[in-house]
Amino acid sequence: MNDLLGLVDWSRAQFALTAMYHWLFVPLTIGLSVIVAVMETLYVRTGQERWKSITKFWMTLFGINFACGVATGIILEFEFGTNWSNYSWFVGDIFGAPLAIEGLFAFFMEATFVAVMFFGWNRVSKRFHLAATWLTALGVSLSALWILVANAWMQNPVGMEFDAVQMRNVMDNFWEVAFNSVAMNKFFHAVFSGWCLAGVFVIGVSSWLLWRKSNVEAAKSSMLVGAWIGFAGIVLTLATGHGSAQEVARVQPMKLAAMEGLYNGSVGQDLVGVGVLNHSKELGDKQDALAFSIDIPYGLSILIDGRTDTFVPGIEDLINGVSIDAKGDTVRTMSYAEKIASGKKAQEALLAFDTARKAGDETAMNEAQTILKENFANFGYGYFKDASQAVPPVALTFYSFRVMVMAGGYLLLLFVVILFVSYRKIKFLEKSWLHWVGIISIPVVWVCSQAGWIVAEVGRQPWVIQDLMPTTAAISDIPASSVQLTFWLFATIFTLLLVAEISIMLRYIGRTSKTDIETSKH
Amino acid sequence: MKAALTNIWRMYVDGFRNMTVGRSLWIMILIKLFLIFAVMKLFFFPDILSTNYPDDDSRADAVREALCAPKDASPR
Repeated sequence: MNDLLGLVDWSRAQFALTAMYHWLFVPLTIGLSVIVAVMETLYVRTGQERWKSITKFWMTLFGINFACGVATGIILEFEFGTNWSNYSWFVGDIFGAPLAIEGLFAFFMEATFVAVMFFGWNRVSKRFHLAATWLTALGVSLSALWILVANAWMQNPVGMEFDAVQMRNVMDNFWEVAFNSVAMNKFFHAVFSGWCLAGVFVIGVSSWLLWRKSNVEAAKSSMLVGAWIGFAGIVLTLATGHGSAQEVARVQPMKLAAMEGLYNGSVGQDLVGVGVLNHSKELGDKQDALAFSIDIPYGLSILIDGRTDTFVPGIEDLINGVSIDAKGDTVRTMSYAEKIASGKKAQEALLAFDTARKAGDETAMNEAQTILKENFANFGYGYFKDASQAVPPVALTFYSFRVMVMAGGYLLLLFVVILFVSYRKIKFLEKSWLHWVGIISIPVVWVCSQAGWIVAEVGRQPWVIQDLMPTTAAISDIPASSVQLTFWLFATIFTLLLVAEISIMLRYIGRTSKTDIETSKH
Repeated sequence: MKAALTNIWRMYVDGFRNMTVGRSLWIMILIKLFLIFAVMKLFFFPDILSTNYPDDDSRADAVREALCAPKDASPR
């Protein structure tokens, strides 16, 4: 058992490490590609050469980030085949198809148009170059779409049928997979958060230039573009985040309960604005889940469907199968004990199906298949001994959610302040405190972005595929020591890569700050 | 057609020749790709099912066995 736990924990740690490092680069690529495209549009529309130079400066920073981030995601795919082979097989072509499409988009669209972006100045017409820059931005976002389609299927598996002979899920409706409502929300949420992140990056770097009193006009112009894109990004991120929360309430209510530290729900449920969990709280005891909290009355109910009288189930309500309907009557839903029994029935039917198939007994095969179909929606619950095993880590999910929301609120304020100052109090742009606020906001936006993914991925534990496959069932039978070894290998390589990116960026920004951006060669 | 292809070729050649920051980036990309594909993939990340089982039927059996065997551990 210890070996299994060690293997599961190391495999999860390795996947988390790789995904988090990968996500350091991706949102900046997504957002900066749009910012660069907007800057170039300003150049083409106004005909001012200074916009061309400003575009080239930020395009170079985009290029550095793109180069450092490229291929870091491939390692995740290696991990599927080595550490998560049961999962890889079980998902069949559903996971592979979006990833293959992503590869094609990434390769053809980004590779083609990135080359025109960097090498095409003075070789193609202004408008063709601008089109290439926008198409690069579009290609980057479309790449993200297919990755998020694959991820969303894990959170809300749809558009497939389980094939008991092949032991894998087979896609029977591509459009249902591609337009999974979770995927759409996730896609827009991730892309707009990338705009927000890149907006802060541009504000931060511009603040540093202003603090150094270098390239002041270029920095002010860049800051304004960054602030507008960032502002649009954060507003749209908030809107799509609201959509995501509604989707979570619908398809992953346990995750929502963990995000709120909610053990016993109620009609007109409050939303925890700020809170500290009671860490001695255990499932089923009478202690309060929160040691301290400032709540927004009815907030969670309103968040879910805009009504103040909606019942939001807590962790224990979900486990016990208790809900309250619109009339206020208590109703029974399927309890976790029943789901566990149903999951075990599905697994037994799967074995019975295989035995019957090998014996050539068609009647028994059909009987087993019927039972499997009836219970397949709870297949993964069959791995649990008791319901407590189906509860995600509440503390990490709860605090990550609050870090994300609070940092998001701060960033909204930052964009508003920068826009206000840029239009109404231009003298404030000379103040060093404002420059330092801009610079310090760079790590804040990355923390916000990472915290969002922690909520999404830790909150859905213990599932790799919601309700169908828990983490323990997904892993390969390999020694934990080999995963440990590659964990440290990745940690070293990725850290070196990050140091390289930051140092190349800083060197480039530092060198450019000593010259005139509007005339230097990029 | 020939002129267009020549132009594209020249764009790449001149682009690579006149790179400034791009040189170090290309070196980094090549080192990274080498480490990922020639070291990690080759030595540390075999595809477990493809390596250990010769065909899809035996892979399906292996996964069936793994998924239907009880696992005594908390998945959290």
